[in-house]
Amino acid sequence: MDVKLNAEDAAFRDEVRQFIADNLPADIRRRVETGKRLSKDDHVRWQRVLHQKGWIAPHWPVEHGGTGWSPLRRYIFEEELGRAPTPRIIPFGLAMVGPVIMTFGDDRQKAHYLPRILSSEDWWCQGYSEPGAGSDLASLQTRAVADGDDYIVNGQKTWTTMAQHADMIFCLVRTSTAGKPQEGISFLLIDMKSAGIEVRPITTLDGGQEVNEVFFDDVRVPKANLIGGENKGWTYAKFLLGHERANIADVGRSKRELARLEAIASSELSDGRPLLDDPAFRSRLAALEIELMALESVVLRMLGDGTNSGPPGPEASLLKVKGTEIQQKITELLFEAIGPYAAPFVTEALDDGWNEAPIGPDYAAPLAPYYFNWRKASIYGGSNEIQKNIIAKMVLGF
Amino acid sequence: MAIALSEEQRLLQESARRFVERDYGFATRSRIVASEDGIDGEKWRQFAELGWLGVAVPEAYGGMDGGLAEIAVLLDAVGRGLVVEPLLSTIVLGGGLIGELGTEAQKRDLLPPMVAGERRFAVALGEPQARYDLHDVTARARPEGDGFVISGHKSVVYDAPGADMLLVVARSAGEPRDVDGLSLFLVAPGMPGVTLRPYPTIDGGRGADVVLDDVRVSGDAILGTPGSALAALTRAVDRARIVLGSEAAGIMAVLVDATRDYLKTRRQFGTTLEKFQVLQHRLVDMLIAQQMTEALVLRVALEYDDLDNSEKARAAAAVKAKVGEAGKFIGQQAVQLHGGIGMTDELPVGHYFKRLSIIGTMFGDAAYHLRRFRDLA
Repeated sequence: MDVKLNAEDAAFRDEVRQFIADNLPADIRRRVETGKRLSKDDHVRWQRVLHQKGWIAPHWPVEHGGTGWSPLRRYIFEEELGRAPTPRIIPFGLAMVGPVIMTFGDDRQKAHYLPRILSSEDWWCQGYSEPGAGSDLASLQTRAVADGDDYIVNGQKTWTTMAQHADMIFCLVRTSTAGKPQEGISFLLIDMKSAGIEVRPITTLDGGQEVNEVFFDDVRVPKANLIGGENKGWTYAKFLLGHERANIADVGRSKRELARLEAIASSELSDGRPLLDDPAFRSRLAALEIELMALESVVLRMLGDGTNSGPPGPEASLLKVKGTEIQQKITELLFEAIGPYAAPFVTEALDDGWNEAPIGPDYAAPLAPYYFNWRKASIYGGSNEIQKNIIAKMVLGF
Repeated sequence: MAIALSEEQRLLQESARRFVERDYGFATRSRIVASEDGIDGEKWRQFAELGWLGVAVPEAYGGMDGGLAEIAVLLDAVGRGLVVEPLLSTIVLGGGLIGELGTEAQKRDLLPPMVAGERRFAVALGEPQARYDLHDVTARARPEGDGFVISGHKSVVYDAPGADMLLVVARSAGEPRDVDGLSLFLVAPGMPGVTLRPYPTIDGGRGADVVLDDVRVSGDAILGTPGSALAALTRAVDRARIVLGSEAAGIMAVLVDATRDYLKTRRQFGTTLEKFQVLQHRLVDMLIAQQMTEALVLRVALEYDDLDNSEKARAAAAVKAKVGEAGKFIGQQAVQLHGGIGMTDELPVGHYFKRLSIIGTMFGDAAYHLRRFRDLA
């Protein structure tokens, strides 16, 4: 079921659709469509296309480079990005640290960093999690000790997505051990080229290397890189987490993945007929489609009453839990749809430029790694169990 | 009837689990997976010494004369250690089919070397269009002289790289998807016209797509009567489905234990994770699913040989459906409850999850066997 739009919004949607069709580079489109691994350059090239058009940061205020679109138009835009096979916008700069800098940063920080985020000149990564502090962020141990005009940072971050590409990392660091654990945390921007930083890749169970450990050994960071007040970082971190979670529902992308699942299920045979005609498979697909419609309805209702733009709340947690459950269910059905061809694992086939004949159908190779990789979605960004605790606390008053 | 292992079976279980624990640790397993051949010949020799390779082979051919239960006991240990050597392909599918269909000469020729660890088998059943249907075969075998000429594409043949002999299903009569007309052939991988396209599998094993292009085999390369292989094939694959269930149950037990241990040690919010009721209940659901799977598999493995044919097929379908559903739940939850560390290649949990997931698809996933169970009612 398509979202019902009035004439102006429908024209807007068509404009967005046309722009993507005209400007998304064909090679990038093909890689996204076929589930190949994307390079840093793929992401940056596409983000610069959007930047040139002035559409890279619709959720930012106009004075900082936003579009001034209504929440509904922002939703339409994101849905179109998801439906066309575009690379995900890397969220660390645009969706995460950008809003923190514009809300809590000083004028110099805003003037320096925000334009560079918009133009994708700086690639950011997020230094939140630590080996002992996963969902329990407040227990983090990385220390920043004042020394003249600098802080000296020591410690370790982990699960740092795409740190291998990053120019900058925004970190939660401990600047005080007094009081409650949340009270001694500061929000620090650190240049990844600083002496004493080491990035070590973590291989994930799908064979990929998109997450890293980041080690800080006596890293000097100018105090000018502190956001807001010392020991006030927890407030900014919570502000940011709401932004992160609001993006995770990703309805448009799930619609496209459902369409891909249907296409694959119509080529795969079961009992000599298309898998798509198998009544049991059809029922599972239908249930998933209804679930996605319901999630989209929640989003549209939030747009209707304006609750989608506020600080982190139970709504954001709901979107995260259901969005990731649906995404994972789709990856599960994709994995099952290819039957025996889930097993062959030729990692080179996931890279562009591998020109050998595929093993099995051409769409098969990325699907099992995708299923295994996407188990992370219910873990990162505050595990789904934690999200449910948030909902319980805020809605049910526990 | 109560379900319990005999004294001999219990001893076999203990020794197999002990061997895997002591001599097939995760570091060893990782080394084997990363090696060029993907199997360890020395381990295979030890399996032979331990009698594993002949556990279900008649004494006349050097074996221990056991049955499905003995293989199930071994495969449980295989699951616990994620053993990658081709036990299922060699002793259950290859050895089982040769034992059931082979002539006296074929058995004498093939089984004793298998028991001694000198010959490994792989069974080429699947085809790209067939999904899980054993009768969906387009590979052709046409008679020529006193032999056959075979052509076709067999897909995702587990353990084909490194096998000394392939057992190839091809159609000597009839149309694709006919239940009659299937024959089983012994094909050496080095024969002219045989091309293997080998690859690693995502669960740490090795497989290949095998293309046969006018491969000439002699008349004594056929196993059983021409055109009537499907019944024996179905029985052999059903036996494989059941012992794969046993392997899966071993994996599930490891995942439940590992997750419990993790919840007891991992601290968040000032306490260990085991204190959170929602996580306790999740772990209990995993344990329940594991116990039900293990008991069902054991029961079927112990009673299987006494069941009639339709009961056999239904029992195998029940096992595979349960294994698919419980395996998915336990695997996913084990990763979820381990959090980020569960996503890493370094921790064994992800490897157990992947093997369990692939077992879920092998020889039919839960949906396939639910339908089969229903249709056999």
